[in-house]
Amino acid sequence: MSAIDLSEAEARALLQRTLKHSRAEHCEVSLRASARGNVRTARNAVSTAGLNEDHVITVTSRFGRRSASASGNQLDDRTLERTVRAAEELARLAPEDPEWVAPLGPQTYTAVPAAWSDATARLSPADRVGLTAPGLATAKERGCLAASYLEDNRSVQARLSSTGLFGYHRSTAAEYSVTMRTTDDTGSGSAAVDQNDVTRLDAAAAARVATEKAVASRERHELAPGTYPVILEPLAAAELVSLLMFALGARSADEGRSPFSKSGGTPIGEALFSDAVSLRSEPADPDVPGTPWASDGRPHAAQTWIEHGVLRTLHGSRYWSGKKGVELPPPPSRYRMDGGRGTLEELIEGTERAVLVTRLWYIRSVDPRTLLHTGLTRDGTFLVENGRIVHAVNNFRFNESPIAMLQDVQALSAPVRADGSMLPAMRLGKFTFTSVSDAV
Amino acid sequence: MDRRTFVAHTGLAAGALWLPVAAASHRRDPGADRKSLADAALNAARQGGASYADVRISLYLTQSLGGRERAIQTVSGAESYGAGVRVLVGGAWGFAATADVTTDGLVGAARQAVAVARANAALQSEPVQLAPTRGYGEVTWRTPVRRDPFAMPVKEKAEYLVSVGDAALSAGASFVSFDLDQVSDQKYFASTDGSYIDQAFTRINPGFSVTVVDREKGFAERANLARPVAMGWEYLEGREQDGIVTPAGTLVWGASYDMVADARRAAADAKEKLSAKGVEAGTWDLVLDPSHLWLTIHESVGHPLELDRVLGYEANYAGTSFITLDKLKSRAFQYGSPLVNFVADRTQPGSLAAAGWDDDGIRTGQWHLVKDGVLVNLEAARDQAHILGLEAPQASSFAESWRDVAFQRMPNVSLQPGKGSLTPAQMVAGVERGILISGDGSYSIDQQRYNFQFGGQVFHEIRNGKVVGMLKDVAYQANTQAFWNKVTGICGKKDYRLGGSFYDGKGQPSQVSPVSHGCCTTRVDGVTVLNTARRTA
Repeated sequence: MSAIDLSEAEARALLQRTLKHSRAEHCEVSLRASARGNVRTARNAVSTAGLNEDHVITVTSRFGRRSASASGNQLDDRTLERTVRAAEELARLAPEDPEWVAPLGPQTYTAVPAAWSDATARLSPADRVGLTAPGLATAKERGCLAASYLEDNRSVQARLSSTGLFGYHRSTAAEYSVTMRTTDDTGSGSAAVDQNDVTRLDAAAAARVATEKAVASRERHELAPGTYPVILEPLAAAELVSLLMFALGARSADEGRSPFSKSGGTPIGEALFSDAVSLRSEPADPDVPGTPWASDGRPHAAQTWIEHGVLRTLHGSRYWSGKKGVELPPPPSRYRMDGGRGTLEELIEGTERAVLVTRLWYIRSVDPRTLLHTGLTRDGTFLVENGRIVHAVNNFRFNESPIAMLQDVQALSAPVRADGSMLPAMRLGKFTFTSVSDAV
Repeated sequence: MDRRTFVAHTGLAAGALWLPVAAASHRRDPGADRKSLADAALNAARQGGASYADVRISLYLTQSLGGRERAIQTVSGAESYGAGVRVLVGGAWGFAATADVTTDGLVGAARQAVAVARANAALQSEPVQLAPTRGYGEVTWRTPVRRDPFAMPVKEKAEYLVSVGDAALSAGASFVSFDLDQVSDQKYFASTDGSYIDQAFTRINPGFSVTVVDREKGFAERANLARPVAMGWEYLEGREQDGIVTPAGTLVWGASYDMVADARRAAADAKEKLSAKGVEAGTWDLVLDPSHLWLTIHESVGHPLELDRVLGYEANYAGTSFITLDKLKSRAFQYGSPLVNFVADRTQPGSLAAAGWDDDGIRTGQWHLVKDGVLVNLEAARDQAHILGLEAPQASSFAESWRDVAFQRMPNVSLQPGKGSLTPAQMVAGVERGILISGDGSYSIDQQRYNFQFGGQVFHEIRNGKVVGMLKDVAYQANTQAFWNKVTGICGKKDYRLGGSFYDGKGQPSQVSPVSHGCCTTRVDGVTVLNTARRTA
């Protein structure tokens, strides 16, 4: 039996069938089912490809302040009962949790219709090859080697608790990323696109962009490390802005171990960033549909996190909300950063001098006090002067904080979808490169 | 209360035994069922036109406990059971996986895999070549385990973790978080070569992070100094003789680990770090403890020597490599100083990648990658062995789960001990101006593995052969080849210790693999060090 095609009524019936085995004071059962297909290429040929389908039933049982979870991926009655018993046995043995909060009752969840696409759900192995083939053809025409990855998935999530909470959500996603390298190994370019609806996924265009960058980056000029104005393309920006979103936790700020800690409170209401910086989230955003609920069952709702540079909201758990007596939303599943009206090309045209960054790589925290991170540029780093790209430059290692970089925002393009969120390309006044990377 | 006292007070013998989720199931020991299921899949693949096929039927159990301060907040157990079928049709790979572990389910997966391979063959420019290997018949292998963590009361493990939190807080920590992940992977591999390989893997991953907050000075953190291993609970017995004091007085760990003692020391280290001197940026000689150096080996040696990266197969995600086949064939590429020897090894007891056979059905072994500083070999999976002209394929293939296709993954890659009996104290005595680094911290390396930056957990300044105090805000940057050629000392084999990771990521879809790296305390001269402090926002 597969759970991937279960309707809302069928999913509810499966969860009820599991829940009836419960002897705990409270029990919640959740289902996650997914079917994924992929094609991976390297050196202009398919390297691996596959299909997999799986489902997981997770049971969380509570006795007073004790709770535990068990999960399994077999849906026969005997296994479901065994999973419930295992959760209960673990819960009885678990110590009491001083941060226990009462289980949620029924919730109202926002419908997210844009999360599902029939076209994505119907993709076949031949369709995947069809989406992949143009990139290989472009690579061969331009003397490049393509390494690409196409993945699509459809998934079903449902949850049901003994206190009446129920939710059902299904979604699809398709993503294509490609790195083109020139056959002489002197140039590299990349691009990536993702959509819930595969008919909006332009893999061929992404392959053309990556190829252009690879060819344009063959003749690299040396540029010394230092602090430069930069233009981060949306994919590069997404990597760093996501780190900022994650760091907006209320508890660590209140506990004095976050860049947002402040003696006597938090800097909510303070202008911490450039006026151009606004970050929001909306589960039903048609461009980047999110999930209706957070992992703890709370509904996601529209939130403004940063508005014209002013910190508006931090996220937090139900326990921390109760302890501090404030309503803290859960962290968002997707977000949107406001931008301007123009394209990336127009942003470049308005730039006197900056380093243009296509993609960042291997980003790791260096100092949690300042949110300083290190990482590298890759697959297309260029110098922009007087409104045009003048030549490719070497790659760099950076040491930079997303907080500091968003304190000097000079210009933004219109936002586009990048890595599951909506972000503009951004020109920043200062970005610190600490050494040169010889990598191509 | 120390850990042993704490445990003595918990009445563990009376604690209920937690049965793993699958313990009552026939699937815990499915025996001959798997052979007939595998044969059904292999036959279906052959009938579909496969020239080669393999099937992995796997039962993957995990248990995780986590919490903060003196409370356990997460207790979870998970079971995942399924099968993956891989076929070679028309010179192209196809793969399909299913959670329906029945004859119908596996035959269906085999047919899907054949359909995928046929679709892919249209884009194939050269056929996959498999190095020949013999069938091993019905064979078994298992991780040596003295105390199975899945057969222990969860209460005992929870109380142990609470004692870790208690130790840190009692020693002055403001906050502490801790966790313990345990894995049992029962993997049955069968192939059209005639192998039926039944293996059972056990792994354990303890960790914590301590924070000390000071209203004036801000906050400082220190994480655990021991790493995950392929062992049972005996690893956490923390035998006294396995605690090693570095020349800076830092307590690090060998064959077993006392997490409680480490948490207590972590609180003291974090407090000291708050007042420590910020490092002076510039060029320093480094003395790197194995609790730190394993990660530098992983990133700057283990990864660049993966053949799939060298050839460009990871170009879109994990990256390529500065190593080329020409550099290998020259037998003159000086990867490191003549002191440097790196060996790949999937047989070392306790190491995370230890196995009897890999996921291509190849018997595991050892081989030199770098000998006396010179690059002599790479890491290759079965379908890459012909590229290196190997007489026998290496065992470098791994799949994270039954859902995932097997591909080339890093074996344990270890720096061999120095030939003499140099001790860390003797090494430090010879350093005029240096930094002793323990524990792994921030880590980052470019996509061709040239430029890296590493932090750590604890840093001590060395002046004229003596440790003179703690430093903070230290990170070093280097080029891989230059760094390993600056190795001027490696301690003797008595100092050899393993580090490692549960979560080495690679591939698309991304898979994690467990891998260990052994080494001794090592001296590297003239490395660029940054001061990472910045003004707060």
